[in-house]
Order: sequence, then structure tokens, then C-alpha cells
Amino acid sequence: MSDEAKDEVVKVIQTPVQLEYIYSAGKSASRFLRAMKEGKLIGQRCPVDGRVYFPSRGSCPMHGVPIEGEPVELEDKGTLVTFSIVRIPAEAVPLPVPFVTVQVLLDGADTILMHLLGNCNVEDVHMGMRVKAAWKPKEEWEESVANILYFEPLDEPDADYDSYKEHI
Amino acid sequence: MRDVAVVAFTQSPSKRREKMLNDTEIVIPVIDELKKSTNLKNEDMDFVCSGSSDYLAGAPFAFVMGLDAVGAWPPVSESHVEMDGAWALYEAWAKIQMGYAEVALVYGFGKPSMGDLPLTMALQFDPYIQTPLWPDAVSIAALQARLCLEGGALTEREMAEAASRDRKNAKDNPYAQVKGDFSPEQILSEPYIANPLRKHDCSPISDGASAILLVAGERAKDYCERPAWIKGIHHICEPLDMNVRDLTRSRSTEMAAEKAGVGQGAVDVAELAAPFSHQEVLVERALGIGAETNVNPSGGAMAGNPMMAVGLSRIGEAAKRIWDGSAGRAVAHATSGPCLQQNLVCVLEGN
Repeated sequence: MSDEAKDEVVKVIQTPVQLEYIYSAGKSASRFLRAMKEGKLIGQRCPVDGRVYFPSRGSCPMHGVPIEGEPVELEDKGTLVTFSIVRIPAEAVPLPVPFVTVQVLLDGADTILMHLLGNCNVEDVHMGMRVKAAWKPKEEWEESVANILYFEPLDEPDADYDSYKEHI
Repeated sequence: MRDVAVVAFTQSPSKRREKMLNDTEIVIPVIDELKKSTNLKNEDMDFVCSGSSDYLAGAPFAFVMGLDAVGAWPPVSESHVEMDGAWALYEAWAKIQMGYAEVALVYGFGKPSMGDLPLTMALQFDPYIQTPLWPDAVSIAALQARLCLEGGALTEREMAEAASRDRKNAKDNPYAQVKGDFSPEQILSEPYIANPLRKHDCSPISDGASAILLVAGERAKDYCERPAWIKGIHHICEPLDMNVRDLTRSRSTEMAAEKAGVGQGAVDVAELAAPFSHQEVLVERALGIGAETNVNPSGGAMAGNPMMAVGLSRIGEAAKRIWDGSAGRAVAHATSGPCLQQNLVCVLEGN
């Protein structure tokens, strides 16, 4: 080894780390995902204050109590609570720019769902808009929230601000 | 020093593989049971602290989901350690000592069955020289056992006796995973899996969770008729590099035991979290406990080893013996890192 080599700092070594994990979505998320495959939207009611969580989950993260009761089936329409018009393309988003990300309060739910808005001019997007899910063709349904391609406007008057203000 | 007591303890059964539940769902019933048994409301808790490992979950910030089991609205004062829940209990105890809390909820949880635990444990080592060799946890423990045997520190029979005792004691523990009557002779006649370790020298791989409620001062009696008072608690760490440690004894356990005051009275019960039989013998010695001590009445970590909860459960199991009056003074042990690198010792008393 030359003197120069001796003094040289090792700058890069490769030590690949690979571990394999087998996940379980869990009892509650599994029920939700199985229902998604059937095109059903499943929420669950908190036993303390009755609020409906969507998607269903094992416990109420506010009160810290298990949610064990019967699931609540929700319709696939709701109110747009907030939105953002995005002008940067995103690989995972199946819409051209500008696209609209939204938070939707499904009718009967007390938590909001993050999703996309389609079939709508970006100038027309506004809070309180009534929207409905646009589903993939049934034969493509999987255990996934992505079965809903995006939400699209409903031909209905805007929801009253008071009906969604606590979710802002 | 403020008086702080362990007033409640709940745990899930240790299972080799919890197929249906995710790790948060393992914690939910454990904390729910703790709250119901003590009539604890979220507004009663001044501090919440948990122990878990993202390496077991295979996802960053996986522990945040665990808070769903607690309920964090209105927001709670919370902390987390990437260690066994016993260290979370230490943090909560320190918080109470500093006067920032009176009532603290502590929990630990892990679902190691999601990955390959012996290999996941290899990531504890130095990432440049040791981890690239993927030293699995059982092989590393076997190297230590070999040192102990060849150096005359212990015998295979002592190891088999420790395992036999744990398996037998666990028969009375409904939460234990490995239990039964296995005589030392029977264990010694079994084949090696990583010489000199036999299957019975190793703790099982377990999914599970546990939770403890700590309360300061007189209020402890509101929750528990005979609180288990923490008379001493300490943890000491050795270097990660095993070349510079004496692996035939546990110096850090000896020092933590001294600081926690283990030797200041008779020890009725000791609950140990050592995951291998030879390590259990080393810890027993380091604590300086003798024949008068009932060691591992629950079966210890050898009967169920839910990673990140097993040490906290030892404190809970020791406290149970204080509550029911079967022990006046009990010692609990927790460990972390390869070959007993870091050790925590907690002394509990009924008066």
C-alpha cells in the first residue's frame, strides 16, 4: 500500500440492509378494506360521543376507547370542506395539472377523507360544494381507497356552512 | 425523593404471532382494561410515556399510532422511548420526581412477528463493521454462553435449571406463552440449536403489550389498597462493542442494583427480563439475590418475551406480588441491547 493510499479516508462502503415484514392491516382496517372491495364505505361510531369515524378504526383517538359496535355504512357523497389547486405534477395522481386535492366530509361521517376532485373547472371549486365519488369500473375494485378515482361535483345546492364548520 | 407507586398493571397474552390485530390494536384493550380497572379518565393523567421500536414495526414513527389507544384529545403531555417500556417508566418516574406530573400512564408494545426478530436485532450493532455480518441474536447469545461455560462462570446444568424453573412457574401465568413441566435432565437431553444453547435456553418470540399506572404520594391509595412503592430505580449502560465488556458477568446490573438499593433488605420476589437462560443466571447473580428469593414467579421473559413490553411487564408482575401481600419487597429487571448491554433495576416495597 502506498503512503497516499494509507492516508485516504474510506468515503463509501456498501452495506445493504434488507428486512422483510409481513403486515396485518389489523381487524378494523381489514373490515374497511374488504368493504371497499364491495364498493361499500364503512365507518364506525365512537361509543362516548357517537361521532362516526371514516374509515373505521379500532379505537377513538380522541377518547381512547375501543370501538367495537356495528359498522356504519355511508353513502358515497358528501361536502367539500377544503381544497387546494395543485400545479405541480405528481406521479401517483392520475389527473393532469392543475388538479385539485380536496377534503370531503361524507354524509353521516364526522371525519374527513382526503381525495382528489375531477370533472370540474378549477375556477369553480369552492368550499361547501356537494360532491360524489367517481368509482373505477367494478371489475377493477380491490381492497383499496383508490377504487374511488376522484370526487366530482353533484348538481345540488351548496351545503350550509354550519353543517361542516366544525370540521375545518 | 417523592414517593411514587405502581398502582395498576395490565398486559396482553404473549403470542408467537398475533395474526389479526395490528400493533395498535394489541395495545387498545390493554390500556382500556387499565383505565376501567382504575376508573382513570384522560384528564386525570399528567403524562403519558411509551416504549416501542420502529425497527420491529418496519415503519417510521410507527409508535405515533399507539397513541390512538390512549386518546389524545384534548392534547396530552406525551413522550416516547425507542426502548423497552421499563425505560418509559423511568422517564415518567423522573418527570414525577421533577414535579411535572402526579399521575402517569406508561405502556410498551411490540409485534416482532412481522419481521425476522433475530435478524432485526442485528441492526443494534455498529453499522460499518458488525451489522454487515448480520450477527443474529441467538448466535450472539450463544457466543456469550460459550464464554461463560469455558471460563467456568456457569454450567449447562445451571442454565437448564433456570429454564426448568421458568417453564414450571409460567404454568400459573395465563399470559405466558411457553410453560410446562420440563426437568433439567430432560432439557439437557435435548439437541442444541446454537451450541451451547438449546431451545429451552431461549425465550420465545412474542407479540404483546403491557401498561402501568404510576401515581405520586397519598393519591396512590385512591387507586390501590396496597401500592407498590418504588424505593429505588436505576439503569446503567455498557459499551456496545462486546470486545471491551466482561460478558461472563453483568457489571451494569450489579451497578444498577447497588444504586437502586437491592441489597438493603431481603428480596422476596425478583422478576427478570433476561431472554436467555445463561443471561438469567448472570442477572440473578448480579442482583445478589439468594435462595430466599422467589425468582420469576410469572416465568419471566423466558415464558413470554413481548419485545419493548417485557421489561415493563416485569415491574408489573413484581408489583402484583406487593399488592396481594405475597411479597413485602420485590425487584424487577429489564434489559436492552446485545448480551445484557444495558440494564434497569427497580425495587418495590409495600410500605
